[in-house]
Amino acid sequence: MKILLVEDDREAAEYLEKAFAEAGHTTHVAADGDSGFALADSGDYDVLVVDRMLPRRDGLSLIAGLRSRGNTTPVLILSALGAVDDRVTGLRAGGDDYLTKPYAFSELLARVEVLNRRAGAKEVETVYRTGDLELDRLSHAVKRAGREIILQPREFRLLEYLMRHAGQVVTRTMLLENVWDYHFDPQTNVIDVHVSRLRGKIEKGFDGPVLHTVRGAGYMLKAG
Amino acid sequence: MLRKLSLILKTTAARLSALYLLLFSVCAVILVVYMTSLSVRMLTAQTVDTIDEELQDLSRAYQRGGLPLLVRVIEQRSRQPGANLYLIADPDGRILSGNVESLEPGVLAKEGWTDRPFTYQRYGEGAADNGANPVEPANATTVDATHAAIAVVSRLPNQMIVLVGRDLGEPERFRRVVRNALMAAFGMMGLGALAIWFFVGRRALKRIDDVSEASLRIMGGDLSGRLPVTGAGDEFDRLSENLNVMLARIADLNEGLKQVSDNIAHDLKTPLTRLRNRAEATLNGAAQPAEYRAALEGTIAESDQLIRTFNAILMISRLEAGYSAETVVAVDLADAVRDVVELYEPAADELGVKLEADVSGAFAVSGNRELIGQALSNIVDNAIKYSARERTEGEAAPRVHVALSRNAGEITLSVADNGPGIPEESDRQRATERFVRLEQSRSQPGSGLGLSLAKAVMKFHGGRLELAAANPGLIVSMMFPEKAEP
Repeated sequence: MKILLVEDDREAAEYLEKAFAEAGHTTHVAADGDSGFALADSGDYDVLVVDRMLPRRDGLSLIAGLRSRGNTTPVLILSALGAVDDRVTGLRAGGDDYLTKPYAFSELLARVEVLNRRAGAKEVETVYRTGDLELDRLSHAVKRAGREIILQPREFRLLEYLMRHAGQVVTRTMLLENVWDYHFDPQTNVIDVHVSRLRGKIEKGFDGPVLHTVRGAGYMLKAG
Repeated sequence: MLRKLSLILKTTAARLSALYLLLFSVCAVILVVYMTSLSVRMLTAQTVDTIDEELQDLSRAYQRGGLPLLVRVIEQRSRQPGANLYLIADPDGRILSGNVESLEPGVLAKEGWTDRPFTYQRYGEGAADNGANPVEPANATTVDATHAAIAVVSRLPNQMIVLVGRDLGEPERFRRVVRNALMAAFGMMGLGALAIWFFVGRRALKRIDDVSEASLRIMGGDLSGRLPVTGAGDEFDRLSENLNVMLARIADLNEGLKQVSDNIAHDLKTPLTRLRNRAEATLNGAAQPAEYRAALEGTIAESDQLIRTFNAILMISRLEAGYSAETVVAVDLADAVRDVVELYEPAADELGVKLEADVSGAFAVSGNRELIGQALSNIVDNAIKYSARERTEGEAAPRVHVALSRNAGEITLSVADNGPGIPEESDRQRATERFVRLEQSRSQPGSGLGLSLAKAVMKFHGGRLELAAANPGLIVSMMFPEKAEP
C-alpha cells in the first residue's frame, strides 16, 4: 500500500514511516500543508494520513482542497483535538476517519488498512464469505457449514463489520465506533465480552476458529 | 488642586448638577420674562386708561370754558407732583402751555396714540421734576433729563393741538428691578451649584478613590481584601457589597482551582513517577528479554491510563468552557438507555450483575448523543463495578436498574444499584467533584473523573446530576430539561 503521511513532527514521521515499512507499506512524508497538498494532488496514493495542525496550510483545508479537485483518496486525520465537535468538523471537511493523539500504532495501522480496503468497494457485495462462514446482508441470515446461526441484531452488525474487513485487524475502538456509533473509551472490557459471545455462537460446535484475537491490537476474522 | 478640581468637574455628580442648573436657569428666565412682559403690559394698559380719562376731563373742560379754562386746568394739573405730560400747541406745533419744554419732532403731526415711545424734555427740569425719576440721578445728569413717554395727540376744533401723555419711567424701572433680581438669583444659583459640585463631587470622588485603592490592593495579590462598605446603604455601598460577593466567588473558584491542580499534580505525578521508577528498575535489574517485555507492556498500560485521565480532564474543561451548539440535536433518551444497556449487559452478566432497563415510550431532549452516552456509560460502569463486589452470603443478587421518568418538565434518567452505596450525605456531595475518590473506592481502578464528567455533561445539557441513597445502594439521577415541543 502507498501511504502519504503529512506530519510536521519529524520524529513522529520517521517513527511512523519505519513502522509502516515493517508492516509492508511504502510511505512518503510531507512536512507541511503546501507540499502535502502538492504530493497528494499529483501522486497516486492509497491512503493519506494528515495531521490536523500543520505549518503553512492546515490539514482540514488541505483535505477540502483535494476534495474540491475531485480527489477521493481516503484520508485519515490525526489530531490532538479529540472533542466531539472536533471530530465532526474533521469528517465534514472530507476526512474518512479521525484518530486522536496520542494513539497506539496498531490502532493507526488497522484503520489505515481498513481505509485502503474501502477504496476496493466491498460495500456492494450482498453476501460475505469467510471460509465456511456466510453472512447475507439482505436476508440477515448467517450460516456456517450450511447450518443456520441465530444472532441478535447487534451481534449481526458486529459480525457484518468483522466479515467486511475479514483478514484485517479490527480494533476495539473501531468496533465501538462502527457497530455502536460511540467514540468514547468505555474503559472496561465491554467490547471483548460482546466479541466472546459472538465467538461462542459462531465457533462452538464448528470446525476450527474463525474469530482470532490479535494480541495488543484487536480482532481478526480469518478462515483456518 | 487644579487636577482635583478637573477631576471633580468630570464626576457624574458635577455633570448632573450642571445639567440641572442649565435647565433650571432656562425655566427661570422664561418665567421671569413672561411675568415681566405681563406686568409691563398691565402697567401700560393702566397708563392708557389714565390718559384716556384725562383727555375726557380736558375735553369736558374745553366744552365748558373754552381754551382759557383748558389752559387753566392744564396749568393746574401740570404742577401736581408726578403729573402726567400736558401740552397745548398751536396748529404749527409751537408749544403754548403745559409741562413739556421740548419733544421729538413729528410727534404732534399725527393725531391719536403715538406709534412708539418718544423722547421729551420736561419743563423746568430738575426743579419741577419732583420725584419723577429719583432712582436715576446719574441718568438725569448725563442725558440732560431726556425721558421716554407715550401720549395721545388730539386736535381741538380750532386746530390747536392738545397732548396728554405719561412718562414710561415706571415700567422701565420695574423692568430694571426684575432684571437686577434675576441677575442676583443667577449669581446665587451659580455659586450654589459650584458648592454642590465641590462637596458632592468630592465626596463621590473620595468613595471611588477608596474603592480603587482597595481594588489595587486586591489586584496586588491580597485576595482576602474587600471593598469598603460605609453602612450608609447608598448606591456606593450596594456596588461595593456586590463586588465583594463577586470577589468571594472568585476566591472560591480560585480555591477550587488550586485544589484541582493539587489533585492533578497528585493523580498525574503518581503514575508518572511509577512509570519512571519501573523504567529505571528495569534498566538496572532486568536481565531477560521477557522482563524487558513485561516492563514495557506495563509502561504502555500505565501511559494509556494517564492518557485517559488527560482526556477526561480536557473534556470536562471543554464542556465547562462551553461546547459548540451545532453538535446539539434531538436525542431520544430511551434510545440512549437501550444502547448503553445493550453495550454493558454482557460485561455486567460476566460479573454476575443483572443489568436491566425499564424504558417505554420516547423521551426527547436536546442534546448530544455521544456525550449523553458517555456520561450514562460512566454511571452504569460505576454501578456495575460497585454492586458486583464484596457480597456476603444471603444478600440480594447484584442488580443495576436503569429507568426513565417524566416529571414537571423534567426527564429523569436514573441508575440504581444495590451495592454498598455512599452512606454519608457529605460524601455523596463530594463524589462528583474532580478527582475525588472516596475512601472505599480507592482500591477500584478509575481516574476519579467519571462522575465529574457526567456532571459536566449534565450541566452542558442544562440539567443536573443527583446522587441519593437507595438503601441499599446508590441512585444516580441525570435530570434533563424536557425538550419543548416544536
